[in-house]
Amino acid sequence: MTAPNTQPAVRRRWRGSAPRATPYLFLLPVIVLFLAFKVYPYVYAAWLSLTKIQKGKQVFVGLGNYGRLLTDPIFYKALSNTLLILVIQVPLMLGLALLLAVAFNSALLKWRAIWRTAYFVPIVMGLVAYGILFSTLLNNHYGVINFALESIGLPRVPWLGDPFWAKISIIIALTWHYTGNSAVIYLAQLQSVPGELYEAAEIDGASAFQRFWHITLPGLRPAITLTVVLSTIGTLQLFDEPYVLTNGGPNNATLTIGMYLYQNGFKYFDFGYASAIGYVLTGIIGILALIQFRLLREKRA
Amino acid sequence: MRTDRSPQAKLASMAVTTVVVLGSVLMLAPFYWLIVASTHRSRDIFSNPPNLQPGDQLWANLGKLFGEAGFGHAVLNSTLVALLYALFGGIVCTAAGYAFAKFRFAGQGVLFGMVLVILALPSQVTLVPLFQIMVQLNWLNTYQALILPNLALPFGIFLMRQTMLSVPDELIQAARVDGAGEFRIFFQIVLPTMRPALAALGIFLFLAQWNDFVYPLIVLRTSDAYTVPVALASLQGLSDTDYGQLLAGTLVSVLPVLGLFLFLQRHFVAGILAGAVKQ
Repeated sequence: MTAPNTQPAVRRRWRGSAPRATPYLFLLPVIVLFLAFKVYPYVYAAWLSLTKIQKGKQVFVGLGNYGRLLTDPIFYKALSNTLLILVIQVPLMLGLALLLAVAFNSALLKWRAIWRTAYFVPIVMGLVAYGILFSTLLNNHYGVINFALESIGLPRVPWLGDPFWAKISIIIALTWHYTGNSAVIYLAQLQSVPGELYEAAEIDGASAFQRFWHITLPGLRPAITLTVVLSTIGTLQLFDEPYVLTNGGPNNATLTIGMYLYQNGFKYFDFGYASAIGYVLTGIIGILALIQFRLLREKRA
Repeated sequence: MRTDRSPQAKLASMAVTTVVVLGSVLMLAPFYWLIVASTHRSRDIFSNPPNLQPGDQLWANLGKLFGEAGFGHAVLNSTLVALLYALFGGIVCTAAGYAFAKFRFAGQGVLFGMVLVILALPSQVTLVPLFQIMVQLNWLNTYQALILPNLALPFGIFLMRQTMLSVPDELIQAARVDGAGEFRIFFQIVLPTMRPALAALGIFLFLAQWNDFVYPLIVLRTSDAYTVPVALASLQGLSDTDYGQLLAGTLVSVLPVLGLFLFLQRHFVAGILAGAVKQ
């Protein structure tokens, strides 16, 4: 890079180095936009979370909103719903994605490009669109899925009307939408695992499972870390699917933290409480992401 | 590639292929249902046994959608907003990525740290303040309210920085020695080498804006300002939802991005991977 300037008095720049201001000029739009639409809103939300509307005015109430959260049964409901969907959906989806990536990478599978496209294409569908689509597919009386279940002799399932099955419906919709995305990330990483490793292991008599366990999985560690952290962050912010599929119901069974924030902010116009929920969510995301990074990093050593 | 075709290998190959194919049928089935359902009347969509053959009501559904429901506004809004967002977001993120990848300057660590922190923070925290900003600026129901807040997208900046790292320094240095201005270097030398990454970023931004829902739902208060997802959700919220019309609208919302995806799949995948694997 540029050599340290040994003649500070000489202002003329060395031919072949950029003016000092150049990187700042390239960054100027980002800095302005960040300050206006990110930094200011985050700081303002932090202040809002310490206030409450009283007689039409935003009044400082200290940690009152956070105290209220601690004793709010609906918040705990939203928190436990979100965590439940998280611990079931993320491992299920990433497990499936891993198997798919291995299959896509295997010479055993024919016409790989076609199947890869089929699994990947749901990602283009917007959340509202697939929410609408799944709400018709999962319709209790007339949905195609219940019809299919019935025609093979299984009972109908109250997909969206029952607290238990409503969660399952959301998990199915999420898995349909995002599995291909994770599989593509795994596949790319798999293709960077040298083939000689597998050949050597095969010559040494390692079984297919041993090869998967000792070569494939360690090779995928960076991609697994990344997808676990990203999927966790995404699921903790879950909003669109329950909003469109179940509207948080029945009886708040699919109410998520994101939905509860939205309801408080834009249905009850309790901006202070909504902001407090947002900051608690931020805290949970930060803690979980840190724990996951630690756990997945340590195993590498 | 193994060349032995033992009976066992053939059997394994058939088993793997069968499972993968069955799975892909499940993945594609909702698309088939979408096409079929959008060609029926509302009452024929919900029938037992279900109609799994295409019907003849597609044009009638589309007619109602674009006529009474005024869906044309939403398609126009979404198209313009997504194109403008992809264009300006692409420029802003690429310029920032270039600064981070190819310069050393005071405050660089702090600024890049800020990008990463904003990438990880849940954007829902900003919903209320952004709403209030838009009210203050009198920007509710405007394109700028949709476009500006996420124009500097942390993921996009990160993606472009990663890609820029592979542009050789010598190329830029040589141009400087030849006396080229900094902006000329950026536009005429760096950008042309970045075409695949730019395509990936552009598609990503277009798709993100086209499908965005929560934030537009908040800042768009009148139906003529709605984008496609908000218009769809409002159609679904009606007490007597016309599902034929609603699913035709859903089809309209999916087709452009599906086409974009099928034609540019390579770039699409590249965009996801560049952000994901090269950490």
